[in-house]
Amino acid sequence: MENLLSIVTFIPLLAAAILALFLRGDDEGARKNAKWVAMIATVATFLVSLFILTGFDPSNTGMQFVEDREWLFGLHYKMGVDGISLLFVMLSTFLMPLVIWSAWDVTHRTKEYMIAFLMLETLMLGVFMALDLVLFYVFFEAGLIPMFLIIGIWGGKNRIYASFKFFLYTFLGSVLMLVAMVAMYADAGTMDIPTLMTHEFSTAGFSVLGIQVVGGLQTMLFLAFFASFAVKMPMWPVHTWLPDAHVQAPTAGSVVLAAILLKMGGYGFLRFSLPMFPVGSAVMGDLVLWMSAIAIVYTSLVALVQEDMKKLIAYSSVAHMGYVTMGIFAMNQQGIDGAIFQMISHGFISGALFLCVGVIYDRMHTRDIDAYGGLVNRMPAYALLFMFFTMANVGLPGTSGFVGEFLTLMGIFQVNTWVAAVAALGVIFSAAYALWLYRRVVMGELIKESLKSITDMTGREKMIFAPLVIMTLLLGIYPSLVTDLIGPSVEALVHHVHTAIEASDLTVAAVAEVAAH
Amino acid sequence: MISSDIQIVLPEIILALFAMGALLGAVYTGKDKTASFLTWLTAGVFLVLGAWIGLNGQGTQEAFGGMFINDSFSRFAKVVILFSAAAVLIVSIDYMAKRDLLRFEYPILVALATVGMMVMVSAGDLMSLYMGLELQSLALYVVASLRRDSAKSTEAGLKYFVLGALSSGLLLYGASLTYGFAGTTLFSGILTAVGHDVSIGLLFGMVFMMSGFAFKVSAAPFHMWTPDVYEGSPTPVTAFFATAPKVAAMGLFARVVYDAFGGVVGDWQQIVMMLSILSMFVGAIAAIGQTNIKRLMAYSSIAHMGFALMGLAAGTAMGVEAMLVYMSIYVTMNIGTFAFILSMEKDGKPVTEIKALSMYSKKEPLKALALLVLMFSLAGVPPMLGFMGKLAVFRAALEADLVWLAVAAGIASVIGAFYYLRVVYYMYFGEDSDALDGTMSPVAWGMLVASAVIMLVGIVNLFGIVPMAAEAAQALVN
Repeated sequence: MENLLSIVTFIPLLAAAILALFLRGDDEGARKNAKWVAMIATVATFLVSLFILTGFDPSNTGMQFVEDREWLFGLHYKMGVDGISLLFVMLSTFLMPLVIWSAWDVTHRTKEYMIAFLMLETLMLGVFMALDLVLFYVFFEAGLIPMFLIIGIWGGKNRIYASFKFFLYTFLGSVLMLVAMVAMYADAGTMDIPTLMTHEFSTAGFSVLGIQVVGGLQTMLFLAFFASFAVKMPMWPVHTWLPDAHVQAPTAGSVVLAAILLKMGGYGFLRFSLPMFPVGSAVMGDLVLWMSAIAIVYTSLVALVQEDMKKLIAYSSVAHMGYVTMGIFAMNQQGIDGAIFQMISHGFISGALFLCVGVIYDRMHTRDIDAYGGLVNRMPAYALLFMFFTMANVGLPGTSGFVGEFLTLMGIFQVNTWVAAVAALGVIFSAAYALWLYRRVVMGELIKESLKSITDMTGREKMIFAPLVIMTLLLGIYPSLVTDLIGPSVEALVHHVHTAIEASDLTVAAVAEVAAH
Repeated sequence: MISSDIQIVLPEIILALFAMGALLGAVYTGKDKTASFLTWLTAGVFLVLGAWIGLNGQGTQEAFGGMFINDSFSRFAKVVILFSAAAVLIVSIDYMAKRDLLRFEYPILVALATVGMMVMVSAGDLMSLYMGLELQSLALYVVASLRRDSAKSTEAGLKYFVLGALSSGLLLYGASLTYGFAGTTLFSGILTAVGHDVSIGLLFGMVFMMSGFAFKVSAAPFHMWTPDVYEGSPTPVTAFFATAPKVAAMGLFARVVYDAFGGVVGDWQQIVMMLSILSMFVGAIAAIGQTNIKRLMAYSSIAHMGFALMGLAAGTAMGVEAMLVYMSIYVTMNIGTFAFILSMEKDGKPVTEIKALSMYSKKEPLKALALLVLMFSLAGVPPMLGFMGKLAVFRAALEADLVWLAVAAGIASVIGAFYYLRVVYYMYFGEDSDALDGTMSPVAWGMLVASAVIMLVGIVNLFGIVPMAAEAAQALVN
């Protein structure tokens, strides 16, 4: 099975091609076929991807299941996974069948909807597996197209604005990354990611427009990549596209966006920024930490005053991603372990929360918090599930949300106590907005006339949540499932980064020197 | 001596003789009745010549004492020119016939313009350069005003002619200065005269000539004619303007700056960089407000020329290679897009409003999908081939340390993405409308779909054109 990764990546694309070429008509039967083809393909992808998980050797910190073929301009089609990317691959393949299932009732252009999601899955998997810079970029960028269409075609009222904003924001970030990639090629003579991870880019300072750049080329490259990943992540202050995109996207689109697409930013930091530009990361590290801390507090406060449920959860996502960037740039074992853990766990929890919103949106066609209240009276099952995921979002011990937050805070505390203190405030705020949301939507008397006939969740809806509940609890109770897999790779990464920073012996002295001027 | 010279220019001679023969034949027989057959025949001749040039010929040969150069650079450009000209001819037959525009002069004029282009990319001397350029331009002026009874078409032809004459004047002035200071019109002679330190007179000559070329490739700030001419000309003619002549002018540009001024790369590099940045931004920003798809494509072509010039600005063999790859991809995308624009009609009348595309995806999902692919490709989004073109020029620019140029190009391409997305927006997110008929001639349909498929499948290995372009670039730069 030396093509295992390619097989996993391209099963959904194949299914999309089959749908596009052979499925005709737009009647009930055709819609059903489209859904089943998509379902079978995503489930098959998940099952095949289990072979990756079982065949994976955690103690090996190099790339595994590597495929390598010649491509254009001296580039390679090279795929592989290591401890850092493995779980993102599994997260994507695990969530996609649920996403398809949640879109079961879509009647508007069902075939195209399924094709868009299948293509998106291929592209997401490709991002996490690609081991060639340009190949990575191709997958990374191409993912914008289906998401642009998903928001634009199946989105809400203001979808046009949201889809354009989403596309252009992310495109601008990525184009700068492309320039940096080509510059790396010019410097190192290769686009091969594992080679680049050990390549030492110059750290000699130079000045641009009279400004002295500490860390030289590394800092510039770091900033270019940062432009792309910070937008994708999204980090404050370039997060503004996310609430718009989330609010306008259809439920399934929101789930994919929150659960998987946002993780590409964090993955990018781990795969590129830290190992390739360790000195650049060290130079800019404090800035990123403070940006994360501000993001956590600021977006939590913004979440408090939202009147739209999806927007509230979107802001909460931004806050949680703040923990991720903070953990990553703590640059120690706990921090990075925690960041990866937080991303995986956030994939389940935020996905589930958006599905929760989708459940009542499908019934009432509004996301205004004011339109609800007292749902517990008629929807007990829903109230229970929503509470579970609200608690997980808050970070209640026993759920996976706790482990991620705790590890990242522990990691950052060893590096910068002030940032840790500010970030810890976010834990309190997140409890505030999440519980308040829950109270306003679910608790109280059911007084609104329109809600009197609302029905509880159907069997299908409950079934979708089941795997998410299981994973959230399982990871919360037994986090070693994740940390054992990623541990050795993270350790190697941390070791590599610290050796490189110490070897350069530049950052502290140079920063002091600049400060002295 | 003479026979071996003729051997080298044989394709051009054959095409010129064919054009003249066809002209006589058509005049003495059915005139416009033969037009359809003649167009097919011309396209066939283009294809045969293209295949012949592509498959035969190796190394570098010079004819007429160096006035005409047949090397792999010129062969590459000629193949692209001939194939794209053939594609445009074939795709336009249906449109022209429907609107009673299919005159027998049309294919003949295109054939003559093509001869001119072939001479342009092979020119080794200021004289042959000018002859080729004028043969091409004069034929194009006439086809621009092919629709004699339309004020817009006539206006387009006239504007093109006046501004074209001005640019030819600039070019000639530059050429005469160059001749005066170098004492020869041969490129190889100029190269020696220039050496590595250009004199002020030669510098002036070079700048004037480059202004003339910038006009021909419609690079900003010499782009003013493009939107009006694109809009006014009959759509098939616009399609032709956007493809083959652009390749030829780019080829000529590269030919002159390397063959005649290759010793002073640093001097012309700044000019090309300036042209490149201006074109990218003018093309990207001015296109945002357009409501007519032909004008949109005009600005789009200006922006694309900016990207292609970025390859040239690198001043390396890799840059020329990137430029050639970029132009080949650009031409293919444009043929597909224009095949679609040609078929935009309502009740038999051509429609060029972008708004008319509203919800086109519902009526014609496959065609809308093909156009979507082409639009994303034009915007340079992977995995479409347009991205590979951008990657190639980025790579060339950064290898030559033109970091700022690359960053500016990145920003311009984001701005440019907006208006391509707008077309997608109308097709997929717009309001329901009935502004377009779904009909499309099978030929145009085939071109559209083929072009979209090429954009998608090409990511695998670009159909092997990269090594050919590399060889061509090597031949030019050495």
